[in-house]
Amino acid sequence: MTLAANVGVRLGQLDLRVALDVADGETVAVLGPNGAGKTTLLRSLAGLVSLDDGVVRIDDAVMDQPSSGTYVVPERRSVGVVFQDYLLFPHLTVLENVAFGLRSRGTSRGDARRRAHDWLARVGLDDRAGVKPAVLSGGQQQRVALARALVTEPRLLLLDEPLAALDIGTRTELRRDLRAHVATFGGARVLVTHELLDAVALADRLVVLEDGRVAQSGPVNEVSARPRSRYVADLVGVNLLRGVGNDHEVTLEGGGVVVTADPVAGDVYVAIQPHAVSLHRARPEGSPRNVWSGRVRGIDLLGDRIRIHVDGAVPVVAEVTPGAVGDLGLRDGVDVWASVKATEIDVYAV
Amino acid sequence: MAVLLALVAIAFFVLPLIALLRRAPWSSLWDTLNEPVARDAIRLSVECSLWATFFSLVFGVPLAYVLARARFPGRSLVRALVVLPMVFPPVVGGVALLYAFQRNNGLLGGLIYDLFGFQFTFSKWGAVLAETFVAMPFLVITVEAGLRSMDRRYEDAAASLGATRWTVFRRITMPLIAPALFAGAALAWARALGEFGATITFAGNIQGRTQTTPLAVYIFLESNPDVAVVLSLALFAISIIVLVSLRDHWFGGIRDAGR
Repeated sequence: MTLAANVGVRLGQLDLRVALDVADGETVAVLGPNGAGKTTLLRSLAGLVSLDDGVVRIDDAVMDQPSSGTYVVPERRSVGVVFQDYLLFPHLTVLENVAFGLRSRGTSRGDARRRAHDWLARVGLDDRAGVKPAVLSGGQQQRVALARALVTEPRLLLLDEPLAALDIGTRTELRRDLRAHVATFGGARVLVTHELLDAVALADRLVVLEDGRVAQSGPVNEVSARPRSRYVADLVGVNLLRGVGNDHEVTLEGGGVVVTADPVAGDVYVAIQPHAVSLHRARPEGSPRNVWSGRVRGIDLLGDRIRIHVDGAVPVVAEVTPGAVGDLGLRDGVDVWASVKATEIDVYAV
Repeated sequence: MAVLLALVAIAFFVLPLIALLRRAPWSSLWDTLNEPVARDAIRLSVECSLWATFFSLVFGVPLAYVLARARFPGRSLVRALVVLPMVFPPVVGGVALLYAFQRNNGLLGGLIYDLFGFQFTFSKWGAVLAETFVAMPFLVITVEAGLRSMDRRYEDAAASLGATRWTVFRRITMPLIAPALFAGAALAWARALGEFGATITFAGNIQGRTQTTPLAVYIFLESNPDVAVVLSLALFAISIIVLVSLRDHWFGGIRDAGR
């Protein structure tokens, strides 16, 4: 394993305890709310924060292990970092920024400049080599930061919120660019983000961090389809309920009952996609096995879709078209019926 | 009301300057300036103040770095000691320096004389020492503030790129705090140039050796006021020239770097 880490760090309020293994060519996204310990985890891998316990190994070489008294300083680790806000050195030119790592590691001036030029050409910025970073756009700065991190040919690439500093408008395009550039790097990659979209676009695997602990991890599609915490559920926009299963019913903590297609037992999560929820003004007749009464408690506009929050014994969010909102006269405080087919309900053990 | 008081304040600063210019012996200005005692004083002032600035940088920057970055018990005490020369009377500093560095019964002065046969008192280096003593705090405080306000994540970025601490300090930290460094050096230099109390108390008042311009101004105010006024003007002119050239050169450069 290129990166094999078991990180234990206590820093102020934060008690971080995360196991993280990343193979060559694999991108793992560390996702979590602010203060969850994402950046601290990244810093501990780079050696900018030392471990209190656990171990960090890169290519089986121990970088940090308090129990054996081993600690390799950041400048000796084969780690490239793209920092949040990029942190390009403002007093150096773009070329000098990219050449900095090589010069620091003893490469001759001419060689360092040549290789820095090569990397700038790879990210399409060789014509901006002589300017100061401040005149570059956010996207260009990101590419320079990537070139600067990769020019020393590290084994591990760390990306800290690489898209957070960019305008929403340019983000989609730059996310694609970043994906292409990161794909050319053969080592292990760890991406820290609080945007699910970044994680989905860039990562193979997700590690969700909450309060310094791994709340959930696994392939991106698995985590987003079967969230195990309120945070992940909100991120992926899925209704997440928790209750106790018995036969074909799940009884929720609030007393509501959800009917399932298959028999269930024990503590379970219930995941319902918002678009699977239909809303009605009168109690619907016919096939749906799940029909719950409730009251509209909030309406969000999401592109061309509208999300209706329905409060009741089974609180759910329904995704409807603007037309439906008008037809049904949906607005705050209106009583509605929500219905979901049993086959649309995903149940999995806690 | 505020404007009126502000005008009084401006007048308060400008009036003495006008008085000085009015009193200046303009016709004999050049001759007076060329008198040996005047030339010695100016030369010595420039020389000593530059040395004092140099030593303030050499010792003051590391001290500022330690104060800003290292955590150790008694750090606030050290900072208080550093600031002390800024607030207490320079003449007291001179007396204190005397009992530390004079040849006879100086705390360290005797030892230095025994080992190297050198004494600070009554020598140019005594004037430099006195000036450094009062000037360095300005540099330390300014540079420390610069170090505290800089974004330290740049240093992390440099370390992650393989730079040793020394490389980070030299290629990242120092350039990033260049504005504070220059401002601190300018303040220290200005303070050294005007130093009077500590110098005359500690180094003495010997023409060509320790009689810097402020000392000469004070000495000649009674016996030869023309020299005193001309030297005052010279100090004033040097300050103005350097500050103006600094502003264009340094602060202009800083603005470019920040963009």
